[in-house]
Amino acid sequence: MNTMLAHNDQLHPADDSADYSRATVPQRADQYGRHSPLLEIGQLAVRMEHYTRGLHRQSLQVISDLSLRVNAGEMVAIVGASGSGKSLLAQAILGILPANAAVSGKMTYAGEPLTPERQARLRGTELAFVPQSVASLNPLMKAGKQVRLAFRSQPEERIPDDSRSQRASRRYLLSSSALKSWRARLKVKRQAGEAQQSVFARYGLDPRVDRQYPHELSGGMARRVLVASALVHEARLIVADEPTPGLDQEVITETLRHLRERAGAGAAVLLITHDIQAAIRYADRVVVLYAGTTVEAALSEDFTGAGERLRHPYTKALWRALPENGFVPLPGVQPHPAALPPGCLFAPRCSMASPECRLERPLLRSWRAGEVRCIHAT
Amino acid sequence: MLLEAKRLGYRYNARWVLRQLDLTVRRGQILGLTGPSGTGKTTLARLLAGYGHPHEGEVLLNGQSLPAGGYHPVQLVFQHPETTLNPRWLLSQSASEGHAMDESLLDALGIEREWLRRWPSELSGGELQRIAILRALGPETRFLIADEMTAMLDALSQAQIWHAVLTLAEQRKLGLLVISHDHALLHRICHQVIHLEPINASRHKVEK
Amino acid sequence: MSKRFSSFRISSEPHPRTEDASKSASLRFRTLLSGGLALAALLILIGSGLLLDPERLLTAPDNRNLPPSWTYWFGTDWLGRDMLARTMKGLTLSIGIGMAAAMLSALVALALGLLAGTMGKQVDAAISWLIDLFLGVPHLVALILISFSLGGGAKGVLIGIALTHWPSLARLIRAEVLQLRSSEYVHISRRLGRGRWWIATRHFMPHLLPQLFVGAMLLFPHAILHEAALSFLGLGLPPHEPAIGIILSESMRYMSAGLWWLAFFPGLALLITVGLVDWLSRNVRRWLQPSAALPYMNKR
Repeated sequence: MNTMLAHNDQLHPADDSADYSRATVPQRADQYGRHSPLLEIGQLAVRMEHYTRGLHRQSLQVISDLSLRVNAGEMVAIVGASGSGKSLLAQAILGILPANAAVSGKMTYAGEPLTPERQARLRGTELAFVPQSVASLNPLMKAGKQVRLAFRSQPEERIPDDSRSQRASRRYLLSSSALKSWRARLKVKRQAGEAQQSVFARYGLDPRVDRQYPHELSGGMARRVLVASALVHEARLIVADEPTPGLDQEVITETLRHLRERAGAGAAVLLITHDIQAAIRYADRVVVLYAGTTVEAALSEDFTGAGERLRHPYTKALWRALPENGFVPLPGVQPHPAALPPGCLFAPRCSMASPECRLERPLLRSWRAGEVRCIHAT
Repeated sequence: MLLEAKRLGYRYNARWVLRQLDLTVRRGQILGLTGPSGTGKTTLARLLAGYGHPHEGEVLLNGQSLPAGGYHPVQLVFQHPETTLNPRWLLSQSASEGHAMDESLLDALGIEREWLRRWPSELSGGELQRIAILRALGPETRFLIADEMTAMLDALSQAQIWHAVLTLAEQRKLGLLVISHDHALLHRICHQVIHLEPINASRHKVEK
Repeated sequence: MSKRFSSFRISSEPHPRTEDASKSASLRFRTLLSGGLALAALLILIGSGLLLDPERLLTAPDNRNLPPSWTYWFGTDWLGRDMLARTMKGLTLSIGIGMAAAMLSALVALALGLLAGTMGKQVDAAISWLIDLFLGVPHLVALILISFSLGGGAKGVLIGIALTHWPSLARLIRAEVLQLRSSEYVHISRRLGRGRWWIATRHFMPHLLPQLFVGAMLLFPHAILHEAALSFLGLGLPPHEPAIGIILSESMRYMSAGLWWLAFFPGLALLITVGLVDWLSRNVRRWLQPSAALPYMNKR
C-alpha cells in the first residue's frame, strides 16, 4: 500500500485541486498520469463462495491485490485471459457482483470512496456500462424506448415517490402535489425524448430506428442502440465489455471508435478485452491482468517490436504469442482461483523465475513510466 | 482423401445463405476460410461436419456421401466450449466420449489431469476448449473444422492450442478447415485462404 | 438490479478472511440437519406405525369417547380405540400408498416424457394430446372413475393416483428433453457415433433425475391427500383399514356430538406429515442442485 501511495504522490503533487471539467481535457491524455485519477482501485480482492453438489463450499480468490487507475479523458484497456478476473473487475466497479462475492480493498471515484450506495446512485448516469453483446437489449421493446428508459433511470430525474395508497386517494388527485408530480413526469418525458434524439444523432442512428424492435435492426444498428442506451447520459466513467468476437470487424471497430470519442470528450473509459491488438490501437494505456491481479500497466506505445519495452514476462509472452509476432506458445496454464501459488502467480510458467519468486508475491511498483509486479522486471 | 462440397446450397426459410458453393479440402491441407458475417461460414462448417443436410448439392468424402451413423470422420470444434460440454458430466466423461483417452494427446494439448475431475463450470474457456478439441481428435477423425475455435481466447492460449493442433494434423495427415475473422492467424497457419463473398458464395477469391 | 455486496469493507489489508465464512460453511450442516430431522421424523412415524402393537387398535368399551389425556394423547373413539395408535397406523398406510403412487407416477412421466422427446413428431403429438387430456379432466373425477372401475381397495387407489398424477411431471420432462435434444453437446455426441438410447441414458438422465426426484417428492403430498379424499368418499380403502381418510370420514358423524379430537388430531397429523415430506424434498433439492435452489450463490 505504502509504495503505491508514495508513487501516486510523486506523480500528482497537487492532487486535491482536481479539475474534471470536460472542456479543459485534451483529446488524448498524452503523458501517463498527467491528469488526476477519476477512478482509483487499490488492493482490490474479491472472493467468491459457492456450492458444489452436496453443498461443499468452495472459496475462490478470483481477484487479489488488483490496483488500477483511470484518468478523465483517458482510455485504459484491461487485457487478460478468460478467468483472469477482468469481467469481475467490471462488476466490482459497477457494484453488480453477485451476492456470494466478498469484496475488500480501496475504490475511489472522483476523490471519494466508491461505496455500494454511491455505486447504486451513480450507476446508469455517471457510471456507464456497455455490455458485451446486443443480447442485452430488451427484445420486446422498441429501440427508442430503451434509450429513453435508460435516460429516465437517472435518480434525480425520477418522479417524486408518493406512496401508492396516497396516490390512489381522491383527495390526492386534486392536490397540488399531484399536479407537481404530473408536471415532473411530463418534464422527464420531454427531456428523455430530447436526450434520445441527440444521442441518436450522435451515433448516426436514423430516427426511424426509434420505432423498430431489436430484431428488425442489423447487427451494426443494434450495436449502436446498445451503445446509445448505455451512453445516453454524459457518463464520466464508461466500463465497456469487449464487443463479441466473431462479430463483423467493422461493427467492432465502430464501437471502439465511439468509446475513443467519449474519452476524447473527457470521459474515462475502461475497455475490457482479450484482444491486445484492439487494446493498443484505441487505448492510451494497457493494464494486464493475470490470475486476478495486475501484473503490468503499460503505455500502448510500449507494445512494439519484440516487446523490449514491455516490463513483465507475461506481457512479453502475450505479445510474442500474437500470430503477427512469432506465434510463440508458452507451456502451462493460468492457476485456478481455488489453488493459487504462494509466490508470484506467474512464477510456475516464467522462464525468469528464481527461488525468491516462489516465496512471496511481488509488489506492484512503478517502472519506466508504467507499473509492474515482478522482481526481475526489465 | 478429399472432403468436397459440390454446388452446395442452404437456406433459412426463403433466405439463401449458401448457393452454388464448391470447396475441396485434401488430407494434410490447412485451408483458411474468412469473410464478413452472414456469408454462411458457420453454415458451411455445419454441413461439412454432418450437422444438417444441404438443400442443394452435396458433401462428399472421398467421392461418397457422408456416413449417416457411427463416428463421423469430419469433426467440428465450435467457438464457445461452454455450450458443447454437458454441464452435468465430469470433464473426464466428455473427454472420453468419442474415443479412449490418449495420454500423449492430453500432454500435447496441455491438459492437466486434475481438470478431468472437475465440472465444466469450474474451468475457464481456454481450458474447456482444449477438452473439446481433445474430444474431436479421435483416431478416426480425418478432417477437423475449426469454427472461430480460438476467437474467445487470449493470444497465449491461442498460440498454445494451435501449435498442438498443427503438430497433430501433420502427424496424422488431417485436413484442416480454419474459419476465422483474424487474418493474421489465417496467414500464420494456413496453406491457402479463401474469402467468402456475401451474395454469391461461389465466386470466392483465393490468395496465398 | 438488486444485487448487493454480501460484505464490503474499506480496508488496507491485502487479503482479509471473509467473516461470513463460518456462516456459509454451516449451510451444508444446516441442510443436512434440517433434511435429516425431517427424514428421521418420517422414519419414526413409519416405524412406529409398523411396529405398533395390534392390541392397541382393539376396541375397549370401558374407555369410550375419552377426550385427550396423558394416557390417551389423541383421545379415544366411540369404540374405545386409542386414536393415537389409529392415527399412526393410518399415516403409515397413507405414506406407503403415497410413496408407491408417486413413484409409479414419476416412472410413467419419465417414460412418456422421454418417448415424446425422442421418438419423433407423431409420438410427441400423441403424448402431448394425452397430457392435455388428463390435465383437462378434473383430478378427482378421473381418480374416482379409475379406482371405481378397478373395484376400489388399495390397488384401485394406487393405480388411480398413479394414472392421474403423471401429466404435469411428464410435461416438464418432455420440455427438458426437447431442450436437451437441441443442445450442442447432444449433436456432437451423435457425430461421435453415439446412438439414441446411449444419449438418452447418459446425456439426458443426469439432467432428468433431479427433476424426477423432486417431482416425485412434490407428488407425494398430493397422492396422500387424494388417497385420504378417496377413502373419505368411501371409494378408497375398505372401512376396516385405519386409513386417515377413513378415520376422518367416520369422525364426521361424531363431530356434532362434540368429539372434536376424532378429526382434529388425525387431520393435524396428516398435515404435519405432508409438511415433513415437503420440507425433506426442499433440502434434498438444495443438496442435489445448489445452483437451482440457490441461484444467486453459484454465479462465477
